[in-house]
Amino acid sequence: MERRVFVRSGALALVTLGLSPRFLRRVVFAADLPAARRGKVLICLFQRGAADALNIVVPHGESAYYAMRPTIAIPRPARGTPSGAGTIDLDGFFGLHPALAPLLPLYAQRHLAIVHAVGSPSATRSHFDAQDYMESGTPDAKATPDGWLNRYLAAQGTCEAGRTRAPSTVSPFRAVALAPETPRILEGPAPTVAMSDLQEFSVRATGSQVERLEALYRTGSADIVHATGAESFEAVRMLRAANPQQYVPAVEYPRSPFGQRLQQIAQLIKADVGLEIAFTDVGGWDTHVNQGAATGQLAERLADFARGIAALVTDLGDRMADVAIVTMSEFGRMARENGNGGTDHGHAGAMFVLGGDVRGGRVYGRWPGLQPEQLFEGRDLARTTDFRAVFSELVSQHLGGAHLDAIFPGFSATERLGLV
Amino acid sequence: MMRGRDAGTVGVGRLVAAACARACARACAAVWVAVWVAVWVAACASPPRAGPREEATGRASARAERVLREFPAVSDFGRDLTTDQQVLQVLDRAAFGPRPGDVARVRRLGVDRWIAEQLTPDGIDDGAMDAFVARIPPDTAQSNGAADPRVVKVARAVASERQLQEVMVDFWENHFTVYAGKGRPMRDFLPAYDRDVIRPHALGHFRDLLGAVAKSPAMLFYLDNWRSGVRGLNENYGRELLELHTLGVDGGYTQADVIAVARALTGWSIDRPAQGGGFIFRPRLHDTGEKVLLGHHLAAGRGIADAEEVLDILARHPSTARFVALKLCERFVSDTPPPALVARTAATFTRTDGDLRQVVWTILTSPEFFSRAAYRAKVKSPFELVVSAVRALGGQPDSTRRSAQVIARLGEPVFGHQAPNGYPETGTSWMSTGAILARINFGQAAAAGRIPGASLDDWPAARILRTAPRAAQVDSVVGEILGGAASPDSRAILLSGGNPLDTGGGTPLRGLAQIVGLALGAPEFQRR
Repeated sequence: MERRVFVRSGALALVTLGLSPRFLRRVVFAADLPAARRGKVLICLFQRGAADALNIVVPHGESAYYAMRPTIAIPRPARGTPSGAGTIDLDGFFGLHPALAPLLPLYAQRHLAIVHAVGSPSATRSHFDAQDYMESGTPDAKATPDGWLNRYLAAQGTCEAGRTRAPSTVSPFRAVALAPETPRILEGPAPTVAMSDLQEFSVRATGSQVERLEALYRTGSADIVHATGAESFEAVRMLRAANPQQYVPAVEYPRSPFGQRLQQIAQLIKADVGLEIAFTDVGGWDTHVNQGAATGQLAERLADFARGIAALVTDLGDRMADVAIVTMSEFGRMARENGNGGTDHGHAGAMFVLGGDVRGGRVYGRWPGLQPEQLFEGRDLARTTDFRAVFSELVSQHLGGAHLDAIFPGFSATERLGLV
Repeated sequence: MMRGRDAGTVGVGRLVAAACARACARACAAVWVAVWVAVWVAACASPPRAGPREEATGRASARAERVLREFPAVSDFGRDLTTDQQVLQVLDRAAFGPRPGDVARVRRLGVDRWIAEQLTPDGIDDGAMDAFVARIPPDTAQSNGAADPRVVKVARAVASERQLQEVMVDFWENHFTVYAGKGRPMRDFLPAYDRDVIRPHALGHFRDLLGAVAKSPAMLFYLDNWRSGVRGLNENYGRELLELHTLGVDGGYTQADVIAVARALTGWSIDRPAQGGGFIFRPRLHDTGEKVLLGHHLAAGRGIADAEEVLDILARHPSTARFVALKLCERFVSDTPPPALVARTAATFTRTDGDLRQVVWTILTSPEFFSRAAYRAKVKSPFELVVSAVRALGGQPDSTRRSAQVIARLGEPVFGHQAPNGYPETGTSWMSTGAILARINFGQAAAAGRIPGASLDDWPAARILRTAPRAAQVDSVVGEILGGAASPDSRAILLSGGNPLDTGGGTPLRGLAQIVGLALGAPEFQRR
């Protein structure tokens, strides 16, 4: 955890044990709202548990799809207007699960792009290894210590800025995970914030006690507990000043934890706290049993997912011009349904990319087909696009980041998708 | 320093009096018992005094000497830590932190004897704890009238005399994690999972534990095996059994092995799950074909014996020994345990056929465990933080859900991890910006008496400290709550007195409560 110490060392050197309230207050002001700017924002949403891509973006033009999923397939699109029971056609071959109807207008307005048959070059069917690879950005290399989003943050300014400028010029809210623990994707040298709820992000004590508590974490010790604590106090002060909760959502979000987290991401964006990277995750995709078809378990997950994202986009309004949203899941699920009306672990999946600068309204990627000889290891949707190709384009084209070789070491995209 | 509360009590006055009376009866005349009990009940707030305590210690010492002989001899040669540090190390790692008086007690008994005793939980009287648990009101959400297993687990961690057993229960319930939110029947399965599946085997043999888990409705439901059959194979449990429960993800198995295990487990199911039924083997669902697992041939035409043999193979596989040894060393020693210790631990696992008492003995008596590098090197999990705070204050177990809710708010709800990998054993994962604020806030709440069971009024030291000078208060708090581990800087901050400019809202903590709040919220208390 050298980085935290390094980045914070300026402040640490200043705040010693004097506990003079006036002195501390000066530091408070110095740390106040760093040059707020309206930069680009990337929101990453992780569907943990391996979402069933074939029932999410349905290849209704494939007869093999219906043959392999006798009880859980999403029916072919109804002629004319989409009904609630069938696939919502996109292009005559692919369609959306009916629970994703809230996303259809975004697709029609060309703000939503879909990448199908996308995934990891690793063949693992372990949730945890596959999530690890998607977050480290280095498939099959477990020793990678940091996540790719953190490598972006580090390569793109934090540490360099820390060297030449006062630490307060980097917003503590540059990268925020709406999660109780720092996710793997954000682990690494650049400072990040993890919180389960904006409401909880405060110190519940009175003035001088807060100062003493802060001082306990600023006593110069270099370990992770001290460093994390010191960062927290700084972030709390800034959040209090920015007061994101004054921004009442323009729409109603789902009351689910996922919906509430998206609402808070929007509040942070509107409060101009310098947010550049936001992350949250949502579980419940590991549908081994009774996943349902047009309705049922997966449909309920998807309804919450789609309503949440649609609310976020509407709520952000004009701000969406600078925002991109990308969804990911560690792998897809078996092409054939299993004996319990569910699906076991598979290989390639699908990703959604939305935003003002996204070239939406089409399904990207080469479709590998679902005939037995086209399946990966004879059972799963094969992968034709590396997930790093999607991430790389978002980093370079949306965020304007360089250093792709440092962010995704050993990866070079063979062809550009042209998503952004 | 004041003597601690009797270790054998859980603070329920009547129970304590009864337990105390039993202990007395063996040593004192009947009239003395009557006097003792009368005095004790009359002065309910005052802790029991030396008489019965010393007797109990004498017996405990003899018992500990006896059980010590069940383990290979060890010497403290090569241990970096002083005796006092060794005492704190075992109380922080093999127990959920010291209660008032524990340090003196372990020092008297001897560290190795204490470990041996804790590794023999059946010999430790925990009657008061059992009586407390029996009186926890039934959970209305359970159709079987059982108490909420989350409440039971937290209460036992706080007040059980069998501390190492509770640490192991926490370890195994995380290793073999199940998720309360999986679906309706899970709530009914959890009490038995904690009570009958994990707890009796937590310091038993690994194969017995693995078998009990494999036949538990909780696991069969959580990983969907109860519906897996020859015509509808479900790989979920088979895969996690290899990856997370035994061999580890790099343990050398293939997709074909996953399928072989899943096929062997077909028919392992639940009898009437909606009614909370038990394990049942359904022969008609079983795949009787030949299977090959890790080079072993499982003959065709068998039934339940298939998966029993699979569990035998997995429990004795060297990858399992390594994987379980690594996780235990991560729990007890450090986030990056020395490979030599992991190797020795795995060797004990293999040599003793998975005898967990011997495995844990290898770890807890090793020079690596008593090394400078390992001392206070672990960050407390949310569960450990809350339980250790209540214990440090000499607090009482909580028969309500509130302690479990506090742990949940700190990010790791009991039986609340959705994915089958459990919570991480390593502390960096727990230390996020938001998490540390929640921890600091918890310390403030505990010092203000807002955490059930943890009140400064219960803290024996508080009685004389309330009127003591601030320096004496700080010395005591640093000694009792922070194990003497406060840095000079932290100590100076604890010493800094009331602030005239304090204009914050709410009721500010003052005096001793303020110092205790700072200590519980300090970086030093986040470590064990």
